[in-house]
Amino acid sequence: MEVVDKNIVRRSDNGLFEDKYMLDISQVTKIYPTPKGDYVVLDDLDLKVKHEEFISIIGHSGCGKSTLLTMIAGLNPISKGTIVANNKTVIGPGPDRGVIFQSPSLLPWMTAYENVMLGVKQVFAHGTKKDREDIVKYYLAKVGLEDAMYKKAKDLSQGMQQRVGIARAFALKPKVLLLDEPFGMLDSLTRGELQDVLIEVWNQEKITAIMITHDVDESIFLADRVIMMTSGPKAKVGDVLQIDFERPRLRKDVLEHPDYYKYREHLINFLEH
Amino acid sequence: MKDKSIHLLNFIGLGFFEPAIRLASGEEVKKNLTALIKKVVFPIVSVVLFLLFWHYGATALYNIEKNYKIETARTAGGEAAVETELARIVSGESSINSLPSPGAVVDAFKALIVDHKAISAKKTAFEEKTAVLNAKREANGQAAITYTGRPSFVDQIMTSLKTVFAGFFLALFLAVPIGMVLGLSETLRSSFNWLIQIFKPVSPVVWFLLVYMIVKSLTLTYDGDVSFIISFIAVGLCAMWATLVNTTLGVASVDQDFINVAKVLNLSVGQKVFKIVLPSAFPLIFTGLRITVSVAWMVLIAIELLSQSPGLGTFVWEEFQNGANDSNAKIIAAMFVIGGIGFLLDRLMFSVQKLMTFTEA
Repeated sequence: MEVVDKNIVRRSDNGLFEDKYMLDISQVTKIYPTPKGDYVVLDDLDLKVKHEEFISIIGHSGCGKSTLLTMIAGLNPISKGTIVANNKTVIGPGPDRGVIFQSPSLLPWMTAYENVMLGVKQVFAHGTKKDREDIVKYYLAKVGLEDAMYKKAKDLSQGMQQRVGIARAFALKPKVLLLDEPFGMLDSLTRGELQDVLIEVWNQEKITAIMITHDVDESIFLADRVIMMTSGPKAKVGDVLQIDFERPRLRKDVLEHPDYYKYREHLINFLEH
Repeated sequence: MKDKSIHLLNFIGLGFFEPAIRLASGEEVKKNLTALIKKVVFPIVSVVLFLLFWHYGATALYNIEKNYKIETARTAGGEAAVETELARIVSGESSINSLPSPGAVVDAFKALIVDHKAISAKKTAFEEKTAVLNAKREANGQAAITYTGRPSFVDQIMTSLKTVFAGFFLALFLAVPIGMVLGLSETLRSSFNWLIQIFKPVSPVVWFLLVYMIVKSLTLTYDGDVSFIISFIAVGLCAMWATLVNTTLGVASVDQDFINVAKVLNLSVGQKVFKIVLPSAFPLIFTGLRITVSVAWMVLIAIELLSQSPGLGTFVWEEFQNGANDSNAKIIAAMFVIGGIGFLLDRLMFSVQKLMTFTEA
């Protein structure tokens, strides 16, 4: 970590770093007690994420990526260490950290519109009704659901449901966006489409984002930095890869870029060893 | 029009008529004809077979009783006594109370309708006669004179339905809120688990007696219809368990993803319960309510019978005690009415369930 982020470490010595980080995970450990003794999932993990940075976390199944994300979200208690998001120590969940879950997690008896409105009402309780309606409609239109807004969530396809999930997360204007393998359950065509939708919305909002993924190409295309985690138990950050493609990125340009295969090889090498 | 009626039929749970409608509009004749035979013709055949079996079975049982009577007469008084016994059987003086045949049941049913018409005519006449007097009595603050004659079969059905609905709503208003509270709190759930497990299998008769013991003491000075109160409370308490258990389960097993959504959005407890927990528990709650209606209707007869509250149960019991020539036929007629109403109530709940829940039932 220190090796990769020399600049940041140096700045922290001057005591200037607090505001620079949107998310500061320091010495976080997660222990699940089992009858055979404690099972240490994450051990003394450090990770700092800058303002408006998009990072992806990649690693093998069971390495504790999702555990880390749920801890940032406040849905899972932290055993040791601290997580500071937007200068506030995480103690529980809150709408300042938006989550896009692996399964879309929409309420099936509500329409797409109502699903987004549920959160918007909560976050923009002081705005006018018209403002809230505009926000919901704006984000649903952004993810391409203008025509399906008033359909019940259960009547939407998986891909469409996850579009609603994206709209719901962005509509709440969170400080940090947490994505837990958001496209893991989709077929590859839909996945590509949704990556485009996500990056398009993100380009405008520039919300600090942390995305868990299994997919090497996805992580290169979307992220500024790819965090590679060692296999658990006692998982740590194994390696970090800076992705220097310019934004806004187009899939075609990224795929044709000479560095693309270098990045790809780096990631695959790490995952295979 | 066609699609609409098919949709409606499926909605009210009579989807087996679908092929008939499709056939009538000349759509995919062969496929729909097979479906029609399977779904409508075969059931009709089975009903006809059942009626035949019943008819011949009833005749055989009748003959056994008849032969026994004749043989008894013969050993007692020889051939002359046999002749008189036969004459008495034909005239109905010596009644044979065996299982009635389908024809006898239909006749009994018609008789019940005729009886109902006669009684309601009497009732109307009575009301007309007392209208002026009752108006005067009401003006003076006195209670109106009401018709106190024998209730007809249809009146009994109405009373039973009233009791079952009162019982059902009691079950609804007890079981759903309690189930929700128990579903939300694991501590409460395990605290009450033993009591629930003990009370759940208690028989309707014992529930009736229990309610009787309590209500009797509480209504010593009440001069209203105590037997109705006892029977509807007993019905409600018997029938509520399915709803209670299902509501608890439904609320306790809400998808963790939905709970996480509620947490991330920082929903208040009220919002969490009414926007997320309750709707997602609806399918199970309504399954429970459907069972509750069936159980309520089933135990109603036994409870009415015990409580002497008017209704179909009392009707059946009185007919049995009565032992007239057509008593057994009336009991069987009542049985079919009870079964038919039970079926309709279940379809009704099925439709409500479909209307209220998000999953395809």
